Amino acid sequence: MPELTQQPLDTAPLLSSAQSPQAGAVVLFLGVTRQQTDGRETIELHYDAYEKMAIKELTALETEARQRWQLVECTIVHRLGCVPLGEASVAIVTASPHRHAAFAAGEWLIDTLKERVPIWKKEHWADGTTEWVHPKGMKK
Amino acid sequence: MKATVKLFAGARELAGQEQIEVELPAEATVAQLRAALLADYPALGPLLPHALFAINGDYATDQSDIPDSAEIACIPPVSGG
Repeated sequence: MPELTQQPLDTAPLLSSAQSPQAGAVVLFLGVTRQQTDGRETIELHYDAYEKMAIKELTALETEARQRWQLVECTIVHRLGCVPLGEASVAIVTASPHRHAAFAAGEWLIDTLKERVPIWKKEHWADGTTEWVHPKGMKK
Repeated sequence: MKATVKLFAGARELAGQEQIEVELPAEATVAQLRAALLADYPALGPLLPHALFAINGDYATDQSDIPDSAEIACIPPVSGG
């Protein structure tokens, strides 16, 4: 089950619950607040979500990933609110009998999350300005 | 019918409100909603052409009908992750 949380992401329990004798591969992806974006300096990011729909969409992503790849475990946790530099905003854990499925599913999950799930980030730039990030060309 | 539209992120900032109300004809579509919002809330102009709409938590198309008392949300381009 996916989760939205205001707390820092704790990856240890995510990884330990994904490890099992059935899973020969466990892959963890973390999306982390980066200091530099297109030459501008970020102080921190703020995340907001349409929470009810975000959970629905994240659940659909997990279901679709389990249909496309043979996964023993698949979990997405997204942090909301303020995420300081170097801290993770999203954690995706995939586990599969062999490594290919875990890597492929993890990459597909983060790519598709970024296209589909109603969560938004706000840049807090070092110059004191702020800006909601709304990439153009969102798929209709 | 009077429709309430939830706003998020840049759309909320542009409108200065978490949700807005708009008057729509009966059996209106999302395209009609988009046009009505543009007329009533010109501040949303920069984002509306790029935004999607969700009805009861599912993405809708411009052709989708808006049922009475549906939960409507304006979804500007997403940037999670």
